[in-house]
Amino acid sequence: MSPTSKVHWNLVVRQAVLEAAAAFVLALLLLGPIVGLVLDGYQVQNELQRPLLIAAIIAAGRFLVTLALQTSIGQAVLERFNARRRQPGVLVVSASESDRQRWWLLIMVVVSLSVPFLASKYWLTVLIQAMIYVLLGLGLNIVVGLAGLLDLGYVAFYAVGAYGLALGAQYLDLGFWSALPLAAMLAALFGGVLGFPVLRMHGDYLAIVTLGFGEIIRLVLNNWLEFTGGPNGVSAPAPQLFGLEFTRTARDGGMPFHEYFQISYDPLHRFIFIYLALFLIVCLMVVVVTRLRNMPVGRAWEALREDEIACRALGINHVLVKLSAFMMGATVGGIAGVFFATYQGFINPMSFNFFESALIVAIVVLGGLGSTTGVIVAAVVLTILPELLRAFADYRVFTFGVLMVLMMIWRPRGLMRPRRRAFEVKGLCR
Amino acid sequence: MTTDPIHPPILEVAGLTMRFGGILALNDVSFEVRRGSISALIGPNGAGKTTVFNCLTGFYKATEGQIMLHTPRATTDLMNILGQPFRTSDWINPASFANRLYYKMLGGTHRVTQAGVARTFQNVRLFKEMTAIENLLVAQHLQLNRNLVAGLLQTAAYRQSERDALERAYAWLKVFGLAEDANRLAGELPYGHQRRLEIARAMCTGPRLLCLDEPAAGLNPRETVELSELIRRLRDEHGVTILLIEHDMGLVMGLSEHIVVLDYGEVIADGDPHTVARHPAVLAAYLGTEAVHDDES
Amino acid sequence: MDWHILAQQLVNGLTLGSIYGLIAIGYTMVYGIVGMINFAHGDVYMVSAYLTAICLAVLFSFGIDSLPFALLATLATTLLITAAYGWTIERIAYRPLRGAPRLAPLISAIGMSLVLQNGVQLSQGAKTQGVPSLIPATLRLGEGNDFVQITLVQLMIIVVSLASMAMLTWLIQRTSLGRQCRATQQDRRMAAILGINTDRIISTVFVIGAAMAAIAGVLVTLNYGSFDFYIGFVTGIKAFTAAVLGGIGSLPGAMLGGLILGLSEALFSGMVNTDYKDVFAFSLLVLVLIFRPTGLLGKPEVEKV
Repeated sequence: MSPTSKVHWNLVVRQAVLEAAAAFVLALLLLGPIVGLVLDGYQVQNELQRPLLIAAIIAAGRFLVTLALQTSIGQAVLERFNARRRQPGVLVVSASESDRQRWWLLIMVVVSLSVPFLASKYWLTVLIQAMIYVLLGLGLNIVVGLAGLLDLGYVAFYAVGAYGLALGAQYLDLGFWSALPLAAMLAALFGGVLGFPVLRMHGDYLAIVTLGFGEIIRLVLNNWLEFTGGPNGVSAPAPQLFGLEFTRTARDGGMPFHEYFQISYDPLHRFIFIYLALFLIVCLMVVVVTRLRNMPVGRAWEALREDEIACRALGINHVLVKLSAFMMGATVGGIAGVFFATYQGFINPMSFNFFESALIVAIVVLGGLGSTTGVIVAAVVLTILPELLRAFADYRVFTFGVLMVLMMIWRPRGLMRPRRRAFEVKGLCR
Repeated sequence: MTTDPIHPPILEVAGLTMRFGGILALNDVSFEVRRGSISALIGPNGAGKTTVFNCLTGFYKATEGQIMLHTPRATTDLMNILGQPFRTSDWINPASFANRLYYKMLGGTHRVTQAGVARTFQNVRLFKEMTAIENLLVAQHLQLNRNLVAGLLQTAAYRQSERDALERAYAWLKVFGLAEDANRLAGELPYGHQRRLEIARAMCTGPRLLCLDEPAAGLNPRETVELSELIRRLRDEHGVTILLIEHDMGLVMGLSEHIVVLDYGEVIADGDPHTVARHPAVLAAYLGTEAVHDDES
Repeated sequence: MDWHILAQQLVNGLTLGSIYGLIAIGYTMVYGIVGMINFAHGDVYMVSAYLTAICLAVLFSFGIDSLPFALLATLATTLLITAAYGWTIERIAYRPLRGAPRLAPLISAIGMSLVLQNGVQLSQGAKTQGVPSLIPATLRLGEGNDFVQITLVQLMIIVVSLASMAMLTWLIQRTSLGRQCRATQQDRRMAAILGINTDRIISTVFVIGAAMAAIAGVLVTLNYGSFDFYIGFVTGIKAFTAAVLGGIGSLPGAMLGGLILGLSEALFSGMVNTDYKDVFAFSLLVLVLIFRPTGLLGKPEVEKV
């Protein structure tokens, strides 16, 4: 700003003070009772210093932001922010440019493969959780990121997979490896049955119907005591490797892993095995998703996200194409559920509430709707970070909520700019 | 209207009526489009032109009437494939019940395109965040190898199908003079290019009848001339019949061989440009704007 | 099945239904005007339940023993603060997103819902809270063991909801503000061209929705006595079901849908199974959306091509 005359500055400061005061009053009004007066029986405890402090911070922030925006630097930042929102979000890259990423890929694979042999049991379980969330994120990314269908009940398919393993073992005597494909198919079937009637409707309705569906599944699991064990949960079988069990002594007439290889028993083996199996599945998923994106069906998903009416005018059956994305996502959710059940050894309906769905949506949103790398990074960060910051564990969901709002305002396309492949045809285009 | 044995109709519309609540948007509209012709649908604003288009291309289900499409392959009842409510007679006739149930479940707008009708939109509807060439690949969806297993394993047949699609897409881009824009995002192209890309995309579905909704809207005079040449070439070289809605009377009179005039949801004139331009009802409908005599662009 | 059990369920259903109707207004008005589902609305209702309990506790700790005054003061305070919540949420989470990709406001709304739920949980604790039973008076119809019981609070709920509905209908149909709301709902751009401050109208709609949720929050808290930070989620989906059932965008539809949902839920839990009453309500939502997405009083939507 060139005319930084004294009068001007006085005006600016007055403006900033007024806005800060307004923010202070509003924050106090909103937070005063809820944060400052804590219910205890039929009485309240006075904690009013908390809302005062928060309101003061908000007011100070507001004051500084208003001032900063009047300086030339603030103006420039604002301008850049607005420019970024205006620019097209997608980058077209040629095949040679994406070659450079191969080295990164190799390093990541080596690191991921060596980590379980170095980590403690605690970190190994954290890593397994991270891997499960990566899988869930990749699955939901097909539905939300590629096909643009907001599924808020994704956890239902996760639950179907997990309970598929646990109940399959209990009633049908299924092992881990036979339950894996069956549970995945069951989840796909659930997705199909829900999706076929529902996918005709508008996007917002879809969100709330899937939300309701997720709750229905959870409530049925919770209330159907005779079949699912209700809130008490059920136990799930541990995985086996070609009939070898990861237990100290053989339970189901098989042979323990350590006796077969003549090494000493280590309970870590089971977790290392689950981790490696998960890693394999995740790698497979990455390949599948990458190929799907360049296949006709993947292109149709993205086209549907862009403009459904145009898709219909091109002869694409939008219901079936959406259904394929929905079922594909459900399958992946089911697979993740099977791994979750076998890793926990025990499941109950509490693990499949709305927060879980919201967390997976948060992963996909923060990863940048549609970007595979972004989803993987977001899933790993969002699982490992809360473990590192144990003291703030209670604030986890709160932070996710704030991040989701901020992301939508600041970068609705996610942290990474989406990329598209450029096509080259020899002889037709130079 | 007499049936011309050399140029049989590709499209027959009879008694088309469309009601939105209490509003009668179309009232008993009937016309024919001859195979290999360039026909135009004109009329003052709000006459119901786009409503006719939406009925033809399956976006609206007409309240009454019949739309028949005759392609060399087959004759299609465009109303039937959209999926219609069951009638009382269906409950005693299992075959017609099954037919209606099938189209109720799996019918819809996309079937109309599959039968051979492609369209563009008044306000361009491209996949803005996909590249131009990807837009054309999406349009070829039905002609490609969509087998999931083949795609995931990248079999030879699948790769061949993708290569063919890419070549076809480039060929169409060349026809429309857009080869340079192949790998640019559709949303970033200049407006005139977007218009052409949308027509190219419609052509990629392999249509017999191409419906263009105000293709010249927003184009400058030079682009409009190029467009009319392009449309003529599509008809002459690529064997499609063209039906267009257009306000640019210069374009319509110069290009089309057959004109249907709508006003207040009814057909008020139908014939070759010369007849239509002198038709008293048309002059009355346009009176005040004098667009008929005024070749402004 | 004796008549008095049935009648009792009808009374309970009517009470529940009025509450759903009040909350459904917030969903239906916001959907009508900005075309988005305000996921955080259920949580605004949850906040108002907490505010009610806090207000009552504060008033009693000051030794105020006039019940009517305490109730009115609580209602006024809760209404004011909840309305401020509605305004702030729109301002922070939705207004910056006008013209953003389609999914953005929906995701932002879910974020906001998480923030409210978890924020309340963090500051008030996760345990179930409650208020003492203040108005124990009941009406008893019938003799001996066969009677129908209507508490004064239930009567209050039905009367207050109907009164609020009537006032809101008057506001929308007869006042200048209501005219501006309806104009903005029909065509926001045109309304703006005609000089209506559409941003302000949208804010007003959020404030009205939150105020209705606040009334519901006060009434529910007086009636049931207990609540936790999670009530907004389930009640929110049910109220949305009511809005869809009545036809989203339609005010009388919201109330009608609420009553139908409340009655059928009460009858279901009274005659079939209490454990599955939420499953019943959610299934109803799915079925309505599949077979009659325009609801009972909604207008059919013509697709814009």
